[in-house]
Formats: sequence, structure tokens, C-alpha cells
Amino acid sequence: MEKTKTLFDIIGPVIIGPSSSHTAGAVRIGYLAGKIFGEIPKKVRFKLYNSFATTGKGHGTDKGLLAGVLGMDVDNESIKKAFNYAKKLNVDYSFEHAQDNNRHPNSVDIFLEGSYKMEISGNSVGAGEVCITNIDGYRFNINGDYNTLILLYKDKPGMVYRVSALLQSKNLNIATMHCDRSAKGEEASMGICLDSMLPDSVIEELEKIDEVYLIRSIEVLKK
Amino acid sequence: MMKYKDFQEIFEEASSKNKKIYEISEQHEAEITEISVQEVREKVKINLKAMKDAIKQGLKSKEKSMSGMCGDDCAKLLERYKYGESLFSETYQKILTYAFATMEQNLRMGKIVACPTAGSCGIVPAVIIAMAESRDADDEFLVNALITAGTIGQLVSNKLALAGAVAGCQSECGVACAMAAGGLVEMCGGTNEQILNAAALALKNIMGLVCDPVAGLVEVPCVKRNAFLAIQAVTAAELSFAGIKSVIPIDEIVDAMKQVGELMSPKFKESAEGGLATTKTGLEITEKLTNEWSLEN
Repeated sequence: MEKTKTLFDIIGPVIIGPSSSHTAGAVRIGYLAGKIFGEIPKKVRFKLYNSFATTGKGHGTDKGLLAGVLGMDVDNESIKKAFNYAKKLNVDYSFEHAQDNNRHPNSVDIFLEGSYKMEISGNSVGAGEVCITNIDGYRFNINGDYNTLILLYKDKPGMVYRVSALLQSKNLNIATMHCDRSAKGEEASMGICLDSMLPDSVIEELEKIDEVYLIRSIEVLKK
Repeated sequence: MMKYKDFQEIFEEASSKNKKIYEISEQHEAEITEISVQEVREKVKINLKAMKDAIKQGLKSKEKSMSGMCGDDCAKLLERYKYGESLFSETYQKILTYAFATMEQNLRMGKIVACPTAGSCGIVPAVIIAMAESRDADDEFLVNALITAGTIGQLVSNKLALAGAVAGCQSECGVACAMAAGGLVEMCGGTNEQILNAAALALKNIMGLVCDPVAGLVEVPCVKRNAFLAIQAVTAAELSFAGIKSVIPIDEIVDAMKQVGELMSPKFKESAEGGLATTKTGLEITEKLTNEWSLEN
């Protein structure tokens, strides 16, 4: 569904240039990936596709992605110095380029390594809007417009019910919900967009569910 | 999507309530985002300040972009004006330098306000802020002008995506020009009719503008185009104040832009596969940059 254009989508957003899709979008993909990974990576590798690969250098797409992973937002004037900042934090970063017509024109795979490993893919879909499409092989559709709960868990009957019942008990309204899994009885994923903030108490409850092995609560992006 | 589907609807709503377009729009914004009108205006002021800061920073710098194609043109204009040389008034000089300053901040990875996009970020601030300075206008007038400009962008975007990759530059710098024209008329005390007429005049003149950036970067022709279209916005406002009417109503012009955008070849939609991007010089620059940058990786 087309998102409502507010006045501030037109007179705004305030961003670091030069391109809303190739710079601000890159920062947002990196930022969401960093939040999903949940820690500053020791090592991060970016595989840029198509237009991100061919025009990314001149648009600062590489700096934007890295800055985002390191927690910078789209209007942070230090994005330009992302490489130096990464070196200061001892983050080993690298970039590679690829062309693939099956991928979105502005897309990237991010390989993160820290206390564990994770692979996240995202697209910059225009006007600074982004979409995280894949986490560790599970399909997602995370764009930062909502507070989002991400769960990876061992597939078992009743999981969706348990999670939604828990959210309902806290009076949290689900805007959208997306599930995916690797195979029956194996591992599965849930991406849940909420109309309000996810309280810590819910996360504590979720941590008690044995089958759940990864929980991330991503706050709505400041726009 | 905005509640008002086109310009005619918001015009009629404003007329029936005897209000200006910005008053209808700030009320609408307050409702859909669940904040007060005062808070909407405060948010506009934050972005206005970011626009002024970009101009201030841009006027001081000669730093070139990563490609080296652009970045020191504002300084050339300022050098000329330092010696009092100019064909036109001080306001005209400011409009040009502010447009360059903002776009050059953008290409050197500085902070700007996308308006409506990053590649068209110089037009609205240059026109509105330069004119406000020459009229010694209070920030409240600037806020009214920016809300008016934003409303014009919103209403166009109801029908047409504001992205060069979708509809060419007519939907980026072209729309920014119409936004600036309407905003300027508002700031200078024009009527709702004069605002929409100025926007219509501006849009007619950018119909079909292609997005053909050299090497796919937001630099050539984007930087200079921002300055040119800032001046065109002033022309549109001036014509409108004189009572010169757009024969074609604005909503029909937007429909025509949409049609032109749909028929436009993908080669002219930010793909750098046609136009200036594939001229002999454009291709030489692209090849040089590709070689340089592949060595770095």
C-alpha cells in the first residue's frame, strides 16, 4: 500500500546528500541492519548490486552503508568520515560489487560478524525509503515505518498464537505480520509491525519461550 | 495520499472557508500526523533552519565532489559579485548563489533538506530565503511559504511519483520549481489563485524534462539546473502577479506530466543511458571515474 505522503516527505527529510536513494537509503539499510544484528560488528562485508555498485562510489553509498551499520542516522554529518570512524572502532570493513538482473537496482547484501554471524539484505526503493528483505535466509519486509518485532525460532505449532496472545495481553495492536520458515518443524521467522512501542516486559516474556532464539525490537525510524 | 485529491479540491476548500492554502494544509497535516498546528509549524522551522545552515556552509566552501566534476561554482559567482559586477539585483545574485551553495553542500555529502528530493534541494530554499531576506520577512512568512510549497509537491505526488527514476527530472527539479513559485507568491502576499497559477506556469515550462545525469551522479546537469529553475520560479511568480494566466489549469498540466513521464524512455530516467550521460564527453567522464574507482576497491 502506498504510504501517505506528509508535508515533511516533500519539505524534507533532512539528510546527508547527495542522493536520497543512494546515500540516505544506504544509511537507512545499514542502520536497520546494525539494529537487527544488535551489536557493533568486528567484521562487515557489503556486496553492492547494480546501480548501487556502478554509481555507489560517487554517491557515498559505501560510506552511508557503513555509517548506518555503526549507528549513524541519515542526517549525521560524520557519515562522510565513516571509514575513519570504523577504523577507530577496529571494525574490519570491505565492499564488493556485482550485477544481477534478478536483484533490485539498488540492493545490498550485508555479512556481519561479531559474537555471531548474520546475513542481511536490503533494497533502497526511492526517496530514502528502504526495505530489509532478508535476514539469514528468511524473507522479511521491514521498512522502519513501524516499531517492529523480529523473531527467529524453532518451528512448532502454536507459536504465532503464543506471540500474538502475548502482544494482545499488553494491548499492543499488530499492524502487519509476516512469517517465513526454512522447512516444516525446523526454523522459522516472524516480523511483526506494531502501532506502538514494544515494552521491555514483552521482550522478557518472549525470552522465556524456549523455541525463540533471536529477538529484536526495532524502533520506528525518525523521519 | 493527501485528503485533497487535486489542486481544484484544496482550492475550493480554501475558498469556502475563506482561508489560505497553507492554513488548510497545516490543519490537514496536523490531523493526519496527530499533532497540533503549532507543532507542524515548529517542525517546518527546524527544516527551515537546516536549509539556512546548508546555504551558510555552502557559501563558505569550494570543496569538490568525489567525482571532481562540481563544487566550486558558487565561489565563482561570489567572486564576481564581490566586485559589484552583476547583470541584475542583489536578490537575483542571492537566488543564484543560494541554489549553488545548497546543491554543492549536497554533493560534498553535507546536510541538506530534500525538497522534494536531494537532487532538487537548492530551488525552494534559494528562492524563498533570498526573497525573505530582501523583504526582511519574518520566519512566520517563510513557514507559510514552505507549507504552501510543500502542499504543491504533495498534490503533484498524488498523481506522479517525485522521482527522476520514475518520471524524469520534470518530477524532481520541475516540481521544485512549481513549489518555489507558489511559495514565493504566498510570501509576497498573493491570492490562492495567483499561487496555483504561478505553479501552473512553472510546470508547463518544465514538461518533459529528462533525468540524464553524467555517470549517474547528482551533479551534471543537476547543480546548474537548480539555479536556472530557481530563476524560472521567480519568473512564474512575477507573471502570476501581473495577472498572466496559465491557459491550461494546473490539474490538467499534472495529468499531462504523468502521461509524458509514462511515455518517456527509460534511458531518460536516471539510468545514465541516454542524453547528456551518453554524449562523447559524458561517456569519457564515466569511463575515467569507473577506472579510478575500481582501482580503489
